[in-house]
Amino acid sequence: MEVWALQIFNGISLSTILLLIALGLALSFGLMNVINLAHGEFIMIGAYTTYALQIAASALTGGPSSEVTFLIAIPLAFIVTGAVGFLVERSLIRFLYRRPLDTLLATWGVGLILQQLARSIFGAPNVQVVAPQWLSGGVALGSDLVLPMKRLFIILVVLVCLAGIYWYMYRSSEGRRMRAVMQNRDMASSLGVSTRRVDSLTFALGAGLAGIAGWALTLIGPIGPSLGTFYVVDAFIVVILGGLGQIPGTIMAAFIIGMLNTIFEFGTTAVVGKVLVFVMVILFLQWKPAGLMRLRTR
Amino acid sequence: MFKSLLSKISRGYGATLPALLLGVAMLAAIACGPSAAPSAGEKPSGSMAGGEVIKVGVLHSLSGTMSISETAVRDATLLAIEEINASGGVMGKKLQPVIEDGASDWPTFAEKARKLLQNDKVAVVFGCWTSASRKAVLPVFESNNGLLFYPVQYEGLETSPNIFYTGATTNQQIVPAVEYLLGQGKKRFFLLGSDYVFPRTSNLIINRQLEGSGLKAVGEEYTPLGHTEYSTVISKIKAAKPDVVFNTLNGDSNVAFFKQLKDAGITAKDLPVISVSVAEEEVRGIGPDNIAGHLVAWNYFQTTNTPENTKFVAAYKAKYGANRVTDDPIEAGYFGVYLWKMAVEKAGSTDVAKVKEAAKGIQFSAPGGPVTIHMSNQHTAKTVRIGMVRADGQINEVWNSGKPVSPDPYLDTYTWAKGIRNMVQ
Repeated sequence: MEVWALQIFNGISLSTILLLIALGLALSFGLMNVINLAHGEFIMIGAYTTYALQIAASALTGGPSSEVTFLIAIPLAFIVTGAVGFLVERSLIRFLYRRPLDTLLATWGVGLILQQLARSIFGAPNVQVVAPQWLSGGVALGSDLVLPMKRLFIILVVLVCLAGIYWYMYRSSEGRRMRAVMQNRDMASSLGVSTRRVDSLTFALGAGLAGIAGWALTLIGPIGPSLGTFYVVDAFIVVILGGLGQIPGTIMAAFIIGMLNTIFEFGTTAVVGKVLVFVMVILFLQWKPAGLMRLRTR
Repeated sequence: MFKSLLSKISRGYGATLPALLLGVAMLAAIACGPSAAPSAGEKPSGSMAGGEVIKVGVLHSLSGTMSISETAVRDATLLAIEEINASGGVMGKKLQPVIEDGASDWPTFAEKARKLLQNDKVAVVFGCWTSASRKAVLPVFESNNGLLFYPVQYEGLETSPNIFYTGATTNQQIVPAVEYLLGQGKKRFFLLGSDYVFPRTSNLIINRQLEGSGLKAVGEEYTPLGHTEYSTVISKIKAAKPDVVFNTLNGDSNVAFFKQLKDAGITAKDLPVISVSVAEEEVRGIGPDNIAGHLVAWNYFQTTNTPENTKFVAAYKAKYGANRVTDDPIEAGYFGVYLWKMAVEKAGSTDVAKVKEAAKGIQFSAPGGPVTIHMSNQHTAKTVRIGMVRADGQINEVWNSGKPVSPDPYLDTYTWAKGIRNMVQ
């Protein structure tokens, strides 16, 4: 019984992690039709920002100071990665709009360059981020049912990110312009919306969210130059299943994949579980090619 | 049948993300380029006449998921080459390293090996890490009559006439590790590994060894290379109630596994994990506090107390930085160059057949203790050591075999292993 309760929690946790890595992609891929293969590297930049801040902080204070710096790392990862995303959009992506296949190749190259940069700056071996003391351990609900603090905290961060995106898209004037461009680019443009500006901001926002994902992944996974490659495929699957341009669809897709993956893996093995999830996604897309939710354009 | 299954598994990774691997390979080609153009008039490896340098190949993953481990081995190999050159070279000739990037991609390894042997005409190649990469280059070395020094512990059951194995085979690492655990009263083994040749074959051997003691593993799980989500695997471990986990995970997955194991509230005291692919270098990336108290099985630790090791660690840190660590494959990548040098000087030639003949029984005082090349199977006799990870990331030896253990890649001397030879032949 406790094992099942733990598995349900594991499923929710995996879903939120998938959602976190897919949210940024849902913006750039879903809203702008840019196939951003460098998304994984944006995640990596977020992780290394967290690491660099920790190194800088302990150099300044002369001792480990992970308690506060770890929280400061969240906005910092967002800003640094967002800035890199903004630069990439200004210098490369904006020349490639409406040519999705070209964006695929170009962002692939950007990703490789970023990986090699990280390898030159930080070295090829994995680095370590020391998590603050209050995030170690877990909440014990039973002898075998321990909910790790880190995973609970990641769930909280994802909820905050979702609230932030909702506010941005539906409560701010920038967000209103963004939705207008999503629904009809030419019409929005003719009504005076600067689509260039919206594109830059949206791409930077997507990159920034990837940075936060990178911060979160330092808690549970390896931190190395190629860490993004472990997550980018999963992120694309979530976005495709969710339906392009649909944040609610992305949320549903993350939960469906996360829960199915956990259940299948528990019943079979990690490899077979993943294959089963892929097969189900492919079958579903045969039935509904647009994904769970479809953007209605006017 | 089994062999074809294994090669399918090892090839599987080439197929899952072909674009990714292709790109990484492309980058490698851009980043590294031809590291050393074949100089004019260079004679093939077989001939000794002419030329003031001897070209030697270094083939490791410098990009991709395996670069975490392999770059450090390349560094150790280059250190040995530098030391040998500083003390007069081999037979009065300087060694010239030709470095290639296998890019964590097995077809790339085969292609680069072919390039080293056919274009650069290197006398010997030091390289590879994963068994999948070794299996990929093996036919290249055999058909071109090349020579490979392979520095990593592996699953055994192989004796290529063109490969010298300076890492441990199973009876020098895995088999004694299981014996050690059985001696500690462990009975419920949970086997966890990455899904490719080395973990699958290792677990086949461990299962047979446990059967030989009347036991059965309580669980056996494989995850893809690069897997980072271990919550479900940890649930399965909890449900199986093992008293030890035998870990053959490779690469970055170890970081995710140990972090998540600790977060799940499982300590080394409750459930020790013994790893055979986690050394000092990997411990740094995992975070020492996440793995402290768990066990590892190797032939060498940075803390191994020999005069040769004091010298080696000091030289390695002097060249690559005080914060760098040494470990077992790094040590094997280092002393392999010396073994080859001794064999070449004894043979008086870099001719592969002559070097192989001369190498038999050659002994060297390696940092981890004396090593001897076996008279027939081209493996290396080495001391087996089991250690416990400390909070500072170093490893304390808790047990050793006392003397070098003779390599037995087909486990012919173990009754429980009867027939294993045929399962992969």
